Amino acid sequence: MGTDHSTHHLVACHECDTVQRLPDDPARGRVRCARCGHVLHRCSGDLVATPLALGLAAAVLFVVSNTWPLMDFTLQGYRDSTYLLAGISQLYAQGMTILATVVLLTTFVAPLVHILLLVYVYLPLAFGRRPPGFPIAIRVTQGVVSWSMLEIFLLGVIVAAVKLAEQATIVPGPAAWSLGLLVVLLAMASTQVHPHLLWQRVK
Amino acid sequence: MTARELGLLACHTCGLLSRRGAGPGQQVCPRCGAGLHARIPRSLSRTWAFLVAAIFLYLPANLLPIMHVTSLVESRSDTILSGVVFLLLHDSWPLALIVFFASVVVPLVKIAILLYLLLSVRAGSARRPRDRVRLYHFTEFVGRWSMVDVFVVTVLVALVQLGRVADIQAGDGALYFAAVVILTMLAAKTFDPRLIWDNVGRDD
Repeated sequence: MGTDHSTHHLVACHECDTVQRLPDDPARGRVRCARCGHVLHRCSGDLVATPLALGLAAAVLFVVSNTWPLMDFTLQGYRDSTYLLAGISQLYAQGMTILATVVLLTTFVAPLVHILLLVYVYLPLAFGRRPPGFPIAIRVTQGVVSWSMLEIFLLGVIVAAVKLAEQATIVPGPAAWSLGLLVVLLAMASTQVHPHLLWQRVK
Repeated sequence: MTARELGLLACHTCGLLSRRGAGPGQQVCPRCGAGLHARIPRSLSRTWAFLVAAIFLYLPANLLPIMHVTSLVESRSDTILSGVVFLLLHDSWPLALIVFFASVVVPLVKIAILLYLLLSVRAGSARRPRDRVRLYHFTEFVGRWSMVDVFVVTVLVALVQLGRVADIQAGDGALYFAAVVILTMLAAKTFDPRLIWDNVGRDD
């Protein structure tokens, strides 16, 4: 079994496996691996309050992004608006089940899980409690980030709007703006999760 | 010294170092319960498997149409490349450049980099480990952006349905393309960058 106190501040670089000592109080700033230069530790905000704030704000924006129109569309007097999930249901309707599921997972499920876990993990921690299933929750919070592709979807929205710009008048709806903000908050949140420091605190 | 040389296992979730147990079987982190391993198990063969699958699907992804457009005046099919050409012809070259980079350059470069990393690790190369790890991070960081064309199709399919002047059907190319992106992402995830450093001497 073995952990003894002499290994407390020792870490192994995830990139080159070199064992080295972290500074005693690495709460702020950035620490790089002596051998390969990989960032061993980076922290710019409060360990708990910053991710919690980002998670709560992201939750509000996620609801807005999915309930308000993404784009208003005017063509030859015909006017309508579309929503974030409309394309996915249309893909299902066309029989592209696998493709629709991939888009659903990357633009809806993954960001939703990311946001819910941020709140689930950090809200109890803010009150000094450890949420049930904390180890798994923190692992999934880290793992889900690379499958959450809202920022890429946003670029897709812009490209699609340009492609149709000649034939139709397209005005971004409230969801487009909130999506832009949501993407920034989620990117910030993904750099603010520090399991190794959290574990030192919750132990 | 590396953790492996010291007989230690580093937890990839919480960072705790544990002594390697003598017995066989999966060892878990005593602090957070994540599975522990000195190197990602069978990293190279899993990366090869994902990569070879991605290379095979790359052809249908680029040759098959990603969408079919039918309107009163025309009926055409777009592939990944013809979508880029469309943007170029319609004076949106900054977007054409982004889409060309994300959809055409990135998948090819990513496949090439992963092939090179796999071959260099197998050859036991000790050359420029830092730069090779940098290449690895490039594939991890930009690889996901290739999904943009799949999302363009998703948005167009929804919008044009509303206008009722044209009909856009998603094509099979989009499915293969999404598969290529996901397979190369998985290939990058299963590749263990520590294998690059394992071949490098201690005197650096």
